[in-house]
Amino acid sequence: MSNLTETDLHAYADGQLDDSRRVQVQAHLAHDPAATESVRVWREQNEALRALYNPVLNEPVPQRLLAARAPRRRWPPFALAAGAMGLSFALGWVSQSYRTDRFVEAAALPRRAAVAYAVYAPEVRHPVEVGADQQDHLVKWLSKRLGHDLKAPVLTQQGFELVGGRLLPGGEGPVAQFMYQDARGQRITLYVSLRDAEPRDTAFRFSQEGKIAVFYWIDGKLGYALSGEMDRASLLAVATVVYRQLNP
Amino acid sequence: MERAEIAAHIPRLRRYARALAGDSHRADDLVQDTLERALTKFHLWRHGSDLRAWMFTIMHNVFINQLKARRELALDEAVEDGLQSAPQSDPLELRDLDTALRRLPVEQREVLLLVGLEQLSYAEASQALGVPVGTVMSRLSRGRERLRAVMSGTATVTSLKVVK
Repeated sequence: MSNLTETDLHAYADGQLDDSRRVQVQAHLAHDPAATESVRVWREQNEALRALYNPVLNEPVPQRLLAARAPRRRWPPFALAAGAMGLSFALGWVSQSYRTDRFVEAAALPRRAAVAYAVYAPEVRHPVEVGADQQDHLVKWLSKRLGHDLKAPVLTQQGFELVGGRLLPGGEGPVAQFMYQDARGQRITLYVSLRDAEPRDTAFRFSQEGKIAVFYWIDGKLGYALSGEMDRASLLAVATVVYRQLNP
Repeated sequence: MERAEIAAHIPRLRRYARALAGDSHRADDLVQDTLERALTKFHLWRHGSDLRAWMFTIMHNVFINQLKARRELALDEAVEDGLQSAPQSDPLELRDLDTALRRLPVEQREVLLLVGLEQLSYAEASQALGVPVGTVMSRLSRGRERLRAVMSGTATVTSLKVVK
């Protein structure tokens, strides 16, 4: 065989040839000692590599790898870039976060938001009280009931259209829920609650409530939670847009 | 679910990382960075495509970035081959294979390990490294020849560290 290439020899050594080609190479090797020697060395190298490193497969996996998560450190730069929140605030949040009442409040928000999502997102006929066709009325009404100016973010570029919204009872009074839907019918909700406690700000935080992923943050008097049955990174991308629109 | 899918690949990622990076602590750092990045970018993975190959791609990128950050990147192959230095004296024992791998340029080491250790097809290795199959083959050929030379004690020893 005149058209034997070095690639054929490597592929032969690595077992990557189909049957007919393998037979051809084998026939050639019978009268080419140099090529035969190369193939032998390469196979020996492969076997030596596996012999040396295969034991790693049986080592217990370190806990830190099992616990690996998408890094949180991506958020502070964003939070800083957002302008509305400065370093002083970020430090403030760190010190405040150790206070128990903050934790309780912070933990309740994503849970309530996830429950509200779980109740209304699957709803086929009545997902919202007021539809997006009456968006002005919807926003005015919810703003009035919460006693705070609200905005319904525009998420068209992220593929989500406003379906509408509804008023819900929350832990500290009325809560607004805006619902969005993409072309595949996947829904996300923005849960907005008015807080009794003193105004403050937090960075994004993440909570996985069963199948529902929730990004939540506190911005002055309002607590926000964006919920969806989607992966964390995709939801974060939407949450970032929501935050920017609410804090232009 | 994505965590479970990705976690299933941890043992093999650790094996590859150990061979690539040498030191076990450094190797696990590489795996951890790879996992974090994979979890962050999971939505970019096309369902149905080979998750393992995708994870190798991520590990390749993370590894190269780490080397750049440490200013420790293997010399360009052409430059490296042109270097002259004293021949190494004694043949290396098999147990010195790990040491010998450190003497391969990163590009050659990656191909050698993806094909020889991880048993990826040439096409998969090409995809993981983002280079044409022809480049995979030339790196494989040079890597194998260099490994043979290093192990038999006939290779020229060159420093693979570049400090810019």
